[in-house]
Amino acid sequence: MLHAFAVILSFQLAGEAAARALAIPVPGPVLGAAALLAAFMAFPRLADLLRPTGEAILAHLSLLFVPAGVGVVGHLGTLGAEALPVAVALVGSTVAAIAAAALTFAAVAKAVRLPDEEQDGERRDA
Amino acid sequence: MRDFAEIWSYLAEGPLVWLTATLIAYAIGDALARRAGRAPVINPVLIAVVLLALLLWLTGTPYPAYFEGAQFVHFLLGPATVALAVPLYVHLPQLRRAALPILAALGVGSVVAMGTALGIAAAFGVSPGTLIALAPKSATAPVAIGIAETIGGSPTLTAVLVILTGIIGAVLATPLLNLMGLRDRRARGFAVGVAAHGIGTARALQEHPRAGAFAGIGMGLNAVLTALLAPLMLMLFL
Repeated sequence: MLHAFAVILSFQLAGEAAARALAIPVPGPVLGAAALLAAFMAFPRLADLLRPTGEAILAHLSLLFVPAGVGVVGHLGTLGAEALPVAVALVGSTVAAIAAAALTFAAVAKAVRLPDEEQDGERRDA
Repeated sequence: MRDFAEIWSYLAEGPLVWLTATLIAYAIGDALARRAGRAPVINPVLIAVVLLALLLWLTGTPYPAYFEGAQFVHFLLGPATVALAVPLYVHLPQLRRAALPILAALGVGSVVAMGTALGIAAAFGVSPGTLIALAPKSATAPVAIGIAETIGGSPTLTAVLVILTGIIGAVLATPLLNLMGLRDRRARGFAVGVAAHGIGTARALQEHPRAGAFAGIGMGLNAVLTALLAPLMLMLFL
């Protein structure tokens, strides 16, 4: 747990430093995740070490958005008269994007004959 | 015994009260969601946010005082993003095999998210400032804020629209995809990650670990693509 958390923070730190140094528009933690994935591929034992801690943090990923969500409530007023059109745009575009992306994924998977690996995947996840 | 008001003013200055309140509010939201059989409309984030907003309003607490305590939870967003490497690694063989559907769905999802949001808002005559803040709303918050700032948008308004998009996606994705009869967990997870970033990914992780892994890769890839496409998409509407 202690070592795993230290490794995760180190990768975040490296990601933040790299994002700043290279001035790229990707957040440090996303770069850190990419680097950690590369590290797992190079050293599979590292993945075994980090898996319990990583899964524990992710089990309550939703919780981590609560403070920012509370901040949103105080700013809803700033939308003013635009609140309704913006709400329609947000709901409409989110529904459209989810539907379009999911349909595209399924259609291309079918076209390239990539079966839905429900069965064998289920066993591995369990 | 001391005055309650005195004790309260002492406690309200430290981080303990609001950190505790945040965890309890989320635990209540999570318990309600569990009792509702994880019905997507009973979203734990939404419940916790409403409870805490009410509590702040009742106690007359300003948001910065609340955040003093809540920042410890907020901080964990960074390590949690790094930890997404774990489900990505576990599902890596499947992700690799699905490279083509992933790239196709990424392009379509990203363009549709921005195009329909800007199209609908522009049709209602929404101001240019709001359009700029709206364009990157499907990207994860730090990326969206960075994009909005570089093209002259308000970071606060962008953060508001990003969070709202995440909650909308997390609430609507499951009923929408069920209605469409789409059962492929890869397609379901990936679409939610592209359209509704981290909050959508959190919802996908609750649905299934494989959906969560595909949502995580969708969120990461769309952060990059949105940064590239948002300025171009805005040129069509400004």
